[in-house]
Amino acid sequence: MIEFHDAGYGYGGRELLTEMTLSLAPGSFHFLTGPSGTGKTTFLKLCYRELQATAGRVSILGQDTRDMGRDEVAQLRRKIGVVHQDCQFLDHLSLGENVALPLTVADRPRDDQDLVDLLAWVGLTEQIKAKPPELSGGERQRAALARAVIMSPDVILADEPTGNVDWEMSLRLLQLLIELNRMGKTVVIATHDMHLIRQAKSQVPARVLRISNRRIQQAGADL
Amino acid sequence: MKTILLPFLTFSESAQGRVVPPSGFTARLTVLTAAAMAFLAVFALALSLATGRLAERWGNELARASTVRISAPEDQVDAQIKAALDVLNTTPGVASARVLSRDEEMALLEPWFGPSLPVDTLPLPALIEVIETAEGYDGEGLRLRLAGEAPGAVLDDHSRWRRPLIKAASRLRFLGYVSLILIAGVTAGMITLAANAALAANAQVIRTLRLVGATDSYIARAFERRFTLRGFTGAVIGAFFGTVAVALLPSAQLEGGFLTGLGFSGLQWFWPCVIPPLAGFVAFLATRFAALQTLRRLM
Repeated sequence: MIEFHDAGYGYGGRELLTEMTLSLAPGSFHFLTGPSGTGKTTFLKLCYRELQATAGRVSILGQDTRDMGRDEVAQLRRKIGVVHQDCQFLDHLSLGENVALPLTVADRPRDDQDLVDLLAWVGLTEQIKAKPPELSGGERQRAALARAVIMSPDVILADEPTGNVDWEMSLRLLQLLIELNRMGKTVVIATHDMHLIRQAKSQVPARVLRISNRRIQQAGADL
Repeated sequence: MKTILLPFLTFSESAQGRVVPPSGFTARLTVLTAAAMAFLAVFALALSLATGRLAERWGNELARASTVRISAPEDQVDAQIKAALDVLNTTPGVASARVLSRDEEMALLEPWFGPSLPVDTLPLPALIEVIETAEGYDGEGLRLRLAGEAPGAVLDDHSRWRRPLIKAASRLRFLGYVSLILIAGVTAGMITLAANAALAANAQVIRTLRLVGATDSYIARAFERRFTLRGFTGAVIGAFFGTVAVALLPSAQLEGGFLTGLGFSGLQWFWPCVIPPLAGFVAFLATRFAALQTLRRLM
């Protein structure tokens, strides 16, 4: 699903991540952890080809990301759902239109009932016509999750999805991600919230990847 | 829902057209620029077409007509006219030759001296109007023959002053076309700048679109639609007012010379209709160029 072969990333002569070799199996659930600034976001960006590895090789969904053209990158991103801490929306569009944006840009037909069902799943049916600035932090995170899964991607990458919400909302978001994993999706969550990781591990066989000294390590079951 | 906006631009109004947020200020500036350029383009077009007509008219009408002037002592005038007519009537390439009457001479002089000119008291030369055939005559040969048969006859084939006039009209027409090209270039430049500003202002929108899998061409099309519409709308307004202004120019009159003949004639009035689609096309190309260049710079 996602494979790193001795991959690394550096910028301006400085190595941020190095010698990463790992394989994330289809349907697996991973947490990516480590102190702030260690490269969690950079790792995720390598996973959806926002950044290109400067050393080694990264394969996503069987595609080597080194020689991908710009259109191929766009096609790849349609198969990967990404949730950011600072959810990026188009503020002039309604929540419904924002959630359906991946379908729009892929020129795929939108089934309004499917959209309503998806928003009901994340508990945002009432806000379908609301504009993003009118939403709370938790609502924005859930909307970002709905947008990430509307194309039924194989992989879901979440970068600190609970960073701006309270514990109750964090658990709710985690529950949604666990549901997606149970549907067979590969889930990778970058977080430094150990309570959240413990909560997840009580429900799913989640593995933990830890970034330390610019390298990624399997933390195993020590959390 | 596919809609054809212009022959070169198809878009889905319900979705693609809306991913770029509306921007009032740049929109108004682009419309204003396109309107001003279209207004100027109508005048450049009118100038080109009018000078084209003028050059053609002078070329056609004057090239086939010439004059033989008889300046001789009064007692020899009739004999020299007869001799000149004999020469002309036997010259290959001359379709007809006839002596202008006193009334016709007076009509020629009237614009300069008024209707009350006592022509009979003036020592005016006799004039013979010569009309050429399509093949034309040998000017130098005719001059030599006239010099031999009628020494007071001077052939004026108008070429001395016709050529610079035709050249001037042709140059004006060329300058009109150059102006049109410059106007298109300036329009493209202005719209490229406006599109670049819009792309920079919408960097966050572009990042979001790319995050959800939008291709460069999809994003570029969203901006193309905006600027093509603005360019087209502005050009419709500018072309309309430009055409009205040309229509309000004084109509062609003999007294006013060619300056009062600036404008369109007959079916030429439809030419301003070409300006808005062309402006839209220029805006489309300029925006596509700016968008693809900008998007390539982004990772």
